[in-house]
Amino acid sequence: MAEKKVRVLIAKPGLDGHDRGAKVVARALRDAGMEVIYTGLRQSPEMIAEAALQEDVDVIGLSILSGAHLVLVPKVIELVRANGQNDVQVFVGGIIPDEDVEALLKAGVSAVYGPGTSTSTIAQDILAKVSVD
Amino acid sequence: MIDYDLVAQGNQLALSRLLTEVENGTQSGRKALDDFFIKSGRAHLVGITGAPGTGKSSLVSCLTRVFRQQYSMSVAIVAIDPSSPFTGGAILGDRVRMRDLAGDPGIFIRSMASRGALGGLANATAGVVQILDAAGFDVIMIETVGAGQNEVDIARLAHTTIVVDSPGMGDDIQAIKAGILEIADILVINKADRPGVENTERALRANLDLGHTVMMNHNAGHATVISEIESQRKDWIPPVLRTIATQNSGITEVVSSILDHRRFLEESGLWAVRDQERLRTEVEHQLREELVERWRKTVPAEKYEEVLKKVYARKLSPGTAILTLMGDYSL
Ligand SMILES: Nc1nc2c(ncn2[C@@H]2O[C@H](COP(=O)(O)OP(=O)(O)OP(=O)(O)O)[C@@H](O)[C@H]2O)c(=O)[nH]1
Ligand SMILES: [Mg+2]
Repeated sequence: MAEKKVRVLIAKPGLDGHDRGAKVVARALRDAGMEVIYTGLRQSPEMIAEAALQEDVDVIGLSILSGAHLVLVPKVIELVRANGQNDVQVFVGGIIPDEDVEALLKAGVSAVYGPGTSTSTIAQDILAKVSVD
Repeated sequence: MIDYDLVAQGNQLALSRLLTEVENGTQSGRKALDDFFIKSGRAHLVGITGAPGTGKSSLVSCLTRVFRQQYSMSVAIVAIDPSSPFTGGAILGDRVRMRDLAGDPGIFIRSMASRGALGGLANATAGVVQILDAAGFDVIMIETVGAGQNEVDIARLAHTTIVVDSPGMGDDIQAIKAGILEIADILVINKADRPGVENTERALRANLDLGHTVMMNHNAGHATVISEIESQRKDWIPPVLRTIATQNSGITEVVSSILDHRRFLEESGLWAVRDQERLRTEVEHQLREELVERWRKTVPAEKYEEVLKKVYARKLSPGTAILTLMGDYSL
């Protein structure tokens, strides 16, 4: 009866209108056995935090192409922590300049994946980092 | 650990974590179902079913806004999507159509994967709904997987079942086959902006007339109660309503109809009957599980395997195997 699944929220904050990458990742994570909550385009940090809270996710994957990551990502993390979800890991995918990666990691991001990263790497990485008991 | 007081106070983190425990069938999840039971039974459970893409999520979103804005009722939404039978993973996408509901603390949305269950709900859906009910939500909307044909579990769980159709789904044939019309308390033709809406409505109404006597089977199983309520049930003729969810059109009529149906159930005594039906099923289900578990504990594993091997070798039928074991080990 008892079974635990890794639950992941895949969200696209910001104003850019491309969600192909996010959908590809969502499918890869599903194929790796995870339950992926997909929320669609143009999510505000508040919407993302609310969804993460109600869905009790283990992981939030943020797909960002707009360049606003240095504002959006720390905001999401701040809201998620304020909600009391201290164990939730945040991953970022998209076009992130090298010099910003450090800042994101400092803000509490678990990993940043550039456009070239294979989806199976991302899936394995997430499964390794999320301890499921 | 679960903090019951926090859940009762509307703390979303506590509620959300509790729902996970219930969904995973853990010890604390099961305990919470026991502890919360006495507080449940107040919410109006509304099921939304219908073929994929007919607009169930869009409709749920529109209905919820009316419940909030015009009736100040709090709303929880449980949206179920299928798990992959191969990987056990799932993509739960219903929230995409519910983005307008963000930022309202009177709304709680939870996505669930079906986790192998085939009736349109997950096995843990009833438990999740019970917790949301006990947590004090006035209305709980349950969106089924929407795979069609045999999604009748929702009618057993919900007080009011809405079946959603839309033009261009091949209605005339499908409706008869599906048998899903039989469970409808309210029929909604969504996407009424699309061509063919008249045909869809005509086909639905024709099938509805055909199905009218069959509809009594809804509560099948307890003949005496059924014959008593049968005449009352006839008093509710499922309305056929048109909506355009993307334009927020026809929505208030559906909400009125949902509330009318609740009143009908209460005044006719069917609210209690449905509740009792559901609880009887639940008790019998749990009784079966409990008995099996207890009995299995009395049978040594190697003895069980030994008998199983005889079944594999076609020396014993499964039925004889069980009777043999039960002869040797009783509760
Ligand atoms: N033209 C039109 N399109 C609609 C209407 N309502 C919903 N849609 C669109 O139909 C598509 C499916 O809507 P959903 O609400 O996701 O349908 P669903 O039944 O929940 O789908 P599943 O959960 O995947 O089974 C979306 O693209 C909606 O925008 C409507 O009234 N008219
Ligand atoms: Mg849906």
